[in-house]
Amino acid sequence: MTTVPPVPAAARLRPADLAGLASIGLRTRRLRAALSALGIALGVAAIVAVLGLAASSQAALLNEIQALGTNLLTVGNGQTFGGATAELPPAAPGMIARLPGVTAVQDTGAVGGINVYKSPLVPPVETNGLSVDAATLGLPAVAGTSVAQGGYLNAATARAPAAVLGATAARLLGFDRIRPGTRIWLSGGSFGGQWFYLSGILRPDTYAPELDAAVLVGFPAAQRYLGFDGHPSQVYVRTASDPAVTARVDGLLAAQANPENPGQVTVSQPSAALTAQADAKGALDTLFLGLGAVALLVGAIGVANIMVISVLERRQEIGLRRALGATRGQVRGQFLAEAVLLSLAGGACGVAAGATATAAYARAHGEAVVIPPDAWGGGLAAAVVIGALAGLLPAIRAARLSPTRALWSI
Amino acid sequence: MRQDPEPCTALLRARGLVKEYKSGGGSVEAVRGVDLEVGAGEFVAIMGPSGSGKSTLLHVLGGLEPATRGEIWLRGKRADGLSPSAWAVLRRRHVGFVFQFFNLLSTMTVADNVELPALLAGATPKQARKRREELLAELGITAKADAPPSRLSGGEQQRVALARALANEPSLLLADEPTGNLDSANTNDVLRLLRRAHAGGQTILMVTHDAKVAGLADRVVNLFDGMIADDARVVPAQRLKGQRRETAIGNFLELSG
Repeated sequence: MTTVPPVPAAARLRPADLAGLASIGLRTRRLRAALSALGIALGVAAIVAVLGLAASSQAALLNEIQALGTNLLTVGNGQTFGGATAELPPAAPGMIARLPGVTAVQDTGAVGGINVYKSPLVPPVETNGLSVDAATLGLPAVAGTSVAQGGYLNAATARAPAAVLGATAARLLGFDRIRPGTRIWLSGGSFGGQWFYLSGILRPDTYAPELDAAVLVGFPAAQRYLGFDGHPSQVYVRTASDPAVTARVDGLLAAQANPENPGQVTVSQPSAALTAQADAKGALDTLFLGLGAVALLVGAIGVANIMVISVLERRQEIGLRRALGATRGQVRGQFLAEAVLLSLAGGACGVAAGATATAAYARAHGEAVVIPPDAWGGGLAAAVVIGALAGLLPAIRAARLSPTRALWSI
Repeated sequence: MRQDPEPCTALLRARGLVKEYKSGGGSVEAVRGVDLEVGAGEFVAIMGPSGSGKSTLLHVLGGLEPATRGEIWLRGKRADGLSPSAWAVLRRRHVGFVFQFFNLLSTMTVADNVELPALLAGATPKQARKRREELLAELGITAKADAPPSRLSGGEQQRVALARALANEPSLLLADEPTGNLDSANTNDVLRLLRRAHAGGQTILMVTHDAKVAGLADRVVNLFDGMIADDARVVPAQRLKGQRRETAIGNFLELSG
C-alpha cells in the first residue's frame, strides 16, 4: 500500500475558494447570469439613484445656505387680533439697528394697489402677479442676492422713477438685460400710471424669494409717484455670524420692531426654514424607493429561478462532488455562494449605475455629487441578503440530492 | 460478529450487507446479504449480469448510498453508521471513484478536474497542482491539461477520471464499469493504467461485466441476484510472476469456462 502523505484534513472551504467555486458556475453561463443579475441591478440602481439625488440636492442647498450665511433674520408684517394685516411701525428698522449684535438692517415696504406692465397697451388684468415694493439702498447684499444686470438703486435713482426687477419679475416681463431707456409702466386703481426706467435686474434670491417677484423702487420715489404710506413691510436683519448672537437677536426682534404689539410681528430665519425643508424633501422619495424595492423583489425571484434551474442542470456535478468527498454543507455552500455572488454582482452594477445617474444629474444641475454610504452600502447589503434568501432553497435541494441518483441521471 | 478477527489485513470488509430500494408499494432488495473482504493491495473484480446488484454494492461500499442492513468496515473501522457528510469526509482521503461515464466536470479544465479532490481534502493549491502534474504525466495526458474535457476522447476522459480518483492516493479505488463505454484500444489503455496502479500497491475494487477485463484482477467475485455466487482467486496471475499476461488471462478464461 502506498504511504499516504500528510495532507491537512481540512473539512471546510475557505471563503476565497468558495468565491472561486461559485464564480465558475456563473462564468460558464454568462448570459443567463447577466440577465438574472439585471433585475437586482435595476432595483439597487433605482434605490441608489433616488437616495443619491436627494442627498445631492440637499447637499447643494446646504452648501448654498452655508455660503449665504445663517445669520439673516427677517421681520415681517403680522396679523392683528381681528385678522387684518398689522403693519410694522415706520421706525422699526431704525429700532432694530440699535440692537446689539445686529450688523445690517435693510427693509422693503409693499406698495399696494399698483401693478406692473411692459407698456400701457397691455390689458390691465395681465398683472403677472408681480408686487411693487419700496426698497432701501443696501438691500441686495443683506437679503442674499446681487445685481445680475445694470445697477441697483442709488441715492439719486431712489428719488427718480427708476426700478430694479427681481429675477422672476424680469423673466415674466420679458427683460434679460438693461438697455438705456428701457422702461416699464406702473399703474393702479387710484392713479393713472407712471413710466419707470429700468435700473437693474437681481439674481434669484434663495433666502427671500418674495424679492424675485418684486419690482423695487426707492422709498422716496414710491412716496412721490405711487402714493406709498412709508410703512416697512419686511425688514432684513444681519447679525454677527455667531449662531448664539443670531439666536439672541431672534428672540428680541419682535419686541424691538413693534414694542406696542410684539405679537403682531412675524420673525423668521430663512436658513433654518430651508434646512428643515431640505430634510423634509426626502419624504417624497418614498414612492421611488418602493418602486426600487419591487424591482429588487422581481430580481430576487429571477435569481431563485436561475438557481433552481442550475441545480437541476448540474445534478451530475453535484453527485460527482459528493462522490469525491464534498459534504452536503459544501454543496449547499457552493450554490448559496453562487446565488449571493450573482446578486452581489447585480448589486454592484446597480450601485455603479445609480451613482452614474446621480452624478450625471447633479453635474447637469451644477450640484455636488453625494452618494450617501447608506445608499450604496444598503444596496449591496440588500443584494447579499436577497441572494442568500433566493439561493437558500435551491442550495438545500442540491445538498439533499442523493449522490447516486444524481450520477445516474445523466 | 462484532469482533474483527483480522483487523489489519482486510482493508474493506462487508458483513451481511443488504440494500433495499423502496419502489411503489413494496421494496426490492438489490443487494441481499453480501459478505466480502478485500485485503490491502488486492485487485478484486465484481462480475455479474445486468441487475445483479454489482453497481449498487459498489455504491454502498463507497458510502454513496446508505446500507439498509449489515456492516461495512473500512480500514478496521465501522463505516456503515456514518452520516452522509462523515462518509464524504472519509471518501476524500480513502475512497476514489471511477465511473462508466467518466463524470468529468465540463465547466472545468482537465487540470482543475484532477486538482478538485485534493483541494476538497484541504491540500494547498500548490500541493494540488504538484500532484496533478505528477498524475497527468504518469497517465500521459499532460498535453491536455488546459483543455475542457469535451475535447478529449473517451479513453482520455477516463484517464483523467482515473487521475482524479487517484489524486488523494486513496486506500481503496472503486471502479464502476470503467471500460464500459470505451472501445477495445482505449479499454486496453485504461486497464493497463489500472494494472500499473495496482502494481504500485493500489487496492482496487472494480465492477465489470466483461470477463476479459475481470481477468486482470487477482480475484473475481461473481454476483447473482444480489448475492455472491462465486469468489475465486485467479491463482496463476499471482503465482507465475514471469509469465506473460496473455497466458494469465487465458488461464482465467479457461477457469471460468
